[in-house]
Amino acid sequence: MASHYEAPIRKPLVTGNKTYHDVTVDIAAPVEGKANRQWWIVFGIALTAFLWGLGCIIYTVSTGIGTWGLNKTVGWAWDITNFVWWVGIGHAGTLISAVLLLFRQKWRMAINRSAEAMTIFSVVQAGLFPIIHMGRPWLAYWVLPIPNGFGSLWVNFNSPLLWDVFAISTYLSVSLVFWWTGLLPDFAMIRDRAVKPFQKKIYGLLSFGWSGRAKDWQRFEEVSLVLAGLATPLVLSVHTIVSFDFATSVIPGWHTTIFPPYFVAGAIFSGFAMVNTLLIIMRKVVNMENYITVQHIELMNIVIMITGSIVGVAYITELFIAWYSGVEYEQYAFLNRATGPYWWAYWSMMTCNVFSPQFMWFKKLRTSIMFSFIISIVVNIGMWFERFVIIVTSLHRDYLPSSWTMFSPTFVDIGIFIGTIGFFFVLFLLYARTFPVIAQAEVKTILKSSGDNYKKLREAHE
Amino acid sequence: MASEKKYWKNIEQLDTENVSLQSLEQREFAEKLPVNETATETEDASATSRRDFLKLAGFSTAAATLAACEGPVIKSVPYVVQPEQIRPGVANYYATAIADGFDFASVLIKTREGRPIKVESNKDAAVLGSANARVHASVLSMYDTQRLQGPKANGTDVSWDDFTLQVRAQLEALAASGKRVVLITQTLPSPTTQNIIQEFQAKYSNVEHLIYDAVPASAALQAFENTYGQRALPDYDLSQAKAIVAVGADFLGDWQGGGYEAAYAQSRIPTKHHGKAQMSWHMQVESNMSLSGANADKRIPSTPAEQRNFLAALYNKLAGNSATTNLDDKLSAAVAAAAKQLQSSGANGVVLCGLEDVAAQEVTLAINALLGSSLIDVASPRYIRQAKSTEIAAFLTDLKAGKIAGVITSGINPLYTLADAADAAKAMERLELSVAFSSKLDETASIAKYVAATPHYLEAWGDYEFKAGQFALAQPTIKPLFDTRQLQDVLLDLTGSETSYYDAIQSYWKANILNGASWNQTLHDGYFSAPTAADGALKTIEVSAQLAALSKTSEGMSLVLYTKTGMGDGQQGNNPWLQEFPDPITRVSWDNYLTVSRADAQRLGLINENTSNGALNGSYATVQVGGAQLTAPVIIQPGQAVGTVGLALGYGERLGLKPEMQVGVNAYPLFQNFDPVQEVQVSLASGTHEFACVQLHNTLMGRGDIVKETTLEVFSTKDKSYWNAVPVVSKNHMEQEVTSSEVDMWQEFDRSIGHHFNLSIDLNACTGCGACVIACHAENNVPVVGKTEIRKSRDMHWLRIDRYYSSETTFEGDNQTKDNIAGLGDSLTTFGEMELASENPQVAFQPVMCQHCNHAPCETVCPVAASSHGRQGQNHMAYNRCVGTRYCANNCPYKVRRFNWFLYNKNDEFDFHMNNDLGRMVLNPDVVVRSRGVMEKCSMCIQMTQKTILDAKLEGRQIKDGEFQTACSNACDAGAMTFGDINDKESRVAALTEDDRMYHLLEHVGTKPNVMYQVKVRNTEA
Repeated sequence: MASHYEAPIRKPLVTGNKTYHDVTVDIAAPVEGKANRQWWIVFGIALTAFLWGLGCIIYTVSTGIGTWGLNKTVGWAWDITNFVWWVGIGHAGTLISAVLLLFRQKWRMAINRSAEAMTIFSVVQAGLFPIIHMGRPWLAYWVLPIPNGFGSLWVNFNSPLLWDVFAISTYLSVSLVFWWTGLLPDFAMIRDRAVKPFQKKIYGLLSFGWSGRAKDWQRFEEVSLVLAGLATPLVLSVHTIVSFDFATSVIPGWHTTIFPPYFVAGAIFSGFAMVNTLLIIMRKVVNMENYITVQHIELMNIVIMITGSIVGVAYITELFIAWYSGVEYEQYAFLNRATGPYWWAYWSMMTCNVFSPQFMWFKKLRTSIMFSFIISIVVNIGMWFERFVIIVTSLHRDYLPSSWTMFSPTFVDIGIFIGTIGFFFVLFLLYARTFPVIAQAEVKTILKSSGDNYKKLREAHE
Repeated sequence: MASEKKYWKNIEQLDTENVSLQSLEQREFAEKLPVNETATETEDASATSRRDFLKLAGFSTAAATLAACEGPVIKSVPYVVQPEQIRPGVANYYATAIADGFDFASVLIKTREGRPIKVESNKDAAVLGSANARVHASVLSMYDTQRLQGPKANGTDVSWDDFTLQVRAQLEALAASGKRVVLITQTLPSPTTQNIIQEFQAKYSNVEHLIYDAVPASAALQAFENTYGQRALPDYDLSQAKAIVAVGADFLGDWQGGGYEAAYAQSRIPTKHHGKAQMSWHMQVESNMSLSGANADKRIPSTPAEQRNFLAALYNKLAGNSATTNLDDKLSAAVAAAAKQLQSSGANGVVLCGLEDVAAQEVTLAINALLGSSLIDVASPRYIRQAKSTEIAAFLTDLKAGKIAGVITSGINPLYTLADAADAAKAMERLELSVAFSSKLDETASIAKYVAATPHYLEAWGDYEFKAGQFALAQPTIKPLFDTRQLQDVLLDLTGSETSYYDAIQSYWKANILNGASWNQTLHDGYFSAPTAADGALKTIEVSAQLAALSKTSEGMSLVLYTKTGMGDGQQGNNPWLQEFPDPITRVSWDNYLTVSRADAQRLGLINENTSNGALNGSYATVQVGGAQLTAPVIIQPGQAVGTVGLALGYGERLGLKPEMQVGVNAYPLFQNFDPVQEVQVSLASGTHEFACVQLHNTLMGRGDIVKETTLEVFSTKDKSYWNAVPVVSKNHMEQEVTSSEVDMWQEFDRSIGHHFNLSIDLNACTGCGACVIACHAENNVPVVGKTEIRKSRDMHWLRIDRYYSSETTFEGDNQTKDNIAGLGDSLTTFGEMELASENPQVAFQPVMCQHCNHAPCETVCPVAASSHGRQGQNHMAYNRCVGTRYCANNCPYKVRRFNWFLYNKNDEFDFHMNNDLGRMVLNPDVVVRSRGVMEKCSMCIQMTQKTILDAKLEGRQIKDGEFQTACSNACDAGAMTFGDINDKESRVAALTEDDRMYHLLEHVGTKPNVMYQVKVRNTEA
């Protein structure tokens, strides 16, 4: 079979002498088996964090935004920082499943399912913030262009915040459809293996009656390709639009044309880091080391290194342009970022985002699971600080020195952020127990070409 | 005819035989109702189904429940007889006057539906027609829940009849035994009251009348009396001033009753005569950084001892004496400069002195006589401060010695404002009779046996002679809210007179003052001028003895007590507007504090620092004056003379104030012998004080385009493009002014139709007094948020007055420093240094409110279009559309938008006036009270401009220039704010848009504001 040929120089993507049946059994195992102690412990912690965050949200909505640390000068801080951070994290999933599909990168097959799950769960977290950051969140539906009884009132299409509404909702819906389409054959696989009637019923519903006919597969391939084509521009557009929140404003430090590419690179950067964080744990916990191999992690590390460098270049470009522009307010804004009262946030960002990924130039380090895990955490801390730096340090000292002040979070700010992390992990942990975490149908298509046993076999016969 | 027409409803009607249809038509319901059956049929034969039973049971239960609920009860009582003058929705204005012993002014009161809601200046009044921040806020003090609601005798509520009966009996007993009774009042320059008191004294011969001012001007009164033979204060007309030298006199603050800022501002606006620009030159020699010092062209920080020497040296210099001085070089140069300016100004020069020292005051009078100053008015002096410190001291000695049997106080709280209040309180407790006329249960009233609840001035009558020949009438603007009576009425009653104070005023005025003029017209105007024919010639006096007395030097530190613009002597301590009013100089609200120079602070280890959310913290210092000691928080004050510290009176009162308002320290114990200058020991105390400061960054950072300024010389000689250039941007490598339509990405709509409002703010005329801030607060129902929220940088002021200090000695120096930064390393250190204010900085005030940008950054970013532009130039804010994303506030370059972080009304967490029915009476019904979660900001008082438009429309006339006003422009007596329609080409504001000094704030951002500023010109001669 010519299509099963892969250059011997390429490393196997599936190890452990897997057969088709092994793949099925391995991937169905977490769904069919019982949750272990660790799962319950982690789930318990995540649920507690989520409930704590929920309490903080209820407190905010019932009492007022004054429960946060914001003030007349700094009108956004942790809320929008968290929003941009979570949206950014989401980007890796779409990039992996859509862009890498178009570029025929087979290694994506082991990770795209979970990466996309991460996308959806993080967009859910992101979507929370624009709603709860409103002074009157019960009127949040006013940002939707729905016909209403308020006379001639209509949304303001000039507002980047409105563009966000469209960008995020489009992103969430396309991602969800794309994800679910990929899940259909895998749900069907679990349905077919299910022994309990209830389970069979549920997975039957989830798989939309997948029958595995050739026509099903043909349509599946076509829809995947079309959705990949649709999702690809979203990878670029969503974070571009998010960056417009800042770029279209008049505040020094926000009003920057470099923001769209810089934000997209940063988003992919943080997203891949989060994928690494999640998968390094998951491959261990649900025994997927043969599918998510060191090879996968190394490739993701390379993406992190490249996007991290792009982000670094963007940071330096910003500084250069501030100097080159000759605009004193712009110059001061960037000087203040690096050396003002929030210097520690700026240098945390620089250290985490620009310096730390450079270690990935060393093969030994980028193939080290432990080191990759640490860097993935460091990168996400850095990317959180990037948004904090952009939002808070630009606002806290803008044009008129009389309004300059500082921002300090309250327990509610912190609680809501931790709550969304908890919510994210609650969703992800539930997903890991109920969904096929690897696109087994896709992995099976490359088993004969990229499976280590088949590669060895081919080598032996050559 | 029409009735004969028949419309068929259906085809069956054709069939007249159809009985079932006919019967159906007769019935209201097609089916038989089971309800009837329930009523008519016997129980067992009932056709009522279970469902019907449940329906009925459910309905009746719900109905019964609803009927049992109490609906919200709104207590509104309609007028039984509709008053003729009160029309709902239409404001009535009454002229009256405030004379609370500290503030004296003729004012207009705006009432709505019978409720006074706002104080405005009575601009027609010839003297003291300008309301300061405290007077503007005084309307809220009427709606104070802490007010006494009726008279008390020995702690229990009594009726007024019982009260007068008991007091009269006591007075008569004391009169019979010949024991001394002292009636102590605030300064009451009231001709009728003086008459009433004399009659009272005639009846009770043992009664003495004593006048007590919490913060007296005793030395100035004495000096004037010594020189001109009358116990009064000279008045000054600064509008024609060419040179003003003020020595320790905060004449833009509360010096000798204040009220000088309007005339001063007139002299400060540069005008060009034959190509040469002129404005007054102002030197301030003082210890604390005062409003006057902040406005001065040249400010000489100096200790009180140095100020006395300065005065002596100035006299000698002007008189041509060659006396030796012990002044240092800096002060000698200042003397020379002052002398030069005064001499060249001739009669248009004046020296003002605020030292509580008769010798200094006499020397000042001598200098003004020497100059032949036409600015000082000795012919018709002011009567608004009358207390004599020596008399008070004598009274206190007698009181403590038990020589006095009865004390009646009125309008004063001596047990709070006396330096040795504790001793006085013990003596007061022993009195046979003590009566306090007070509006709240303060320190004095709570010790007094009889407490007479007095009305607020807006509920009372009054007549005053503010200045010789210049009278003011006060009338009630509302029926007294509580069971209160004013001093005069009670005294008349005690005297046995049948007349009321109102009748007394009327008859006295008709007999002695009006001279045939109409009483009704005078009452309508609120003021009356009867020029005196007194001799206005200045008297030259021999002052060699006084000069010798001035040359004393002192060692050690001096404490200079002062009164704050927002609090005065502290009478309105329970007024949340004033507590939240940021001090114009320090920008600290809800506190008083020890102001210390940076050098002294470093020496003593006192610090100011900012916490992680920016809030200001300060060390505590122990302040020791004689035997009195207190602990006060410290503010390091740029411009504070080294070797001096300042502390404001009027804070730290504990009785008659809500817990939230009991802030600050009481500095009156240090006000010994009524001398604001005291020898003091200051040392570091433990602990950290939390300040509520609204401006955390003090310097302008070399951003000269924010507060544009130039010197008189440059203004006079150079072209506008040199000192007030419009910023440019490059388009196709061509420099274009940012105001050009070439560089505009927006389509401009036609603005030539209708009104187009603009507001001009003259930075030369603005003294920073803050009257506009309170006026805005009152007009627009701006909430008070309290100390902890202010500390979180969440003040709600729609209008703020930014105060900047220079980091170098001048702002021009700051600009140069910034421009000369060489390289990155230099910028790192230099910007850090520029955050620190200079030891004796230049000061700039800049009122900032919503700039109503024609290209507003806030409007484009609101997702729900809650912020949008009006046809008349306003940037509108639709509160009920706002969802509260705060994006608009972030994108506002001026940071003028204010967010409702919490619910600020009807919320026990914010227990200020908006949390009780009484306090809410002050709300302006024309302006909505904002709810939680919405953004708010200056509306350019659209309710006022619309009213003007509608009134003119109703009357079918054109609107005259000056009719359009905003609360702030109306409150600005200095004339710094000019509001109007620029489409009216004849209007003043239209002319101001074309003025050379006009610029827009942050013009380079391209926001095209409808608020403009006029470049500040400094007179840097000499």
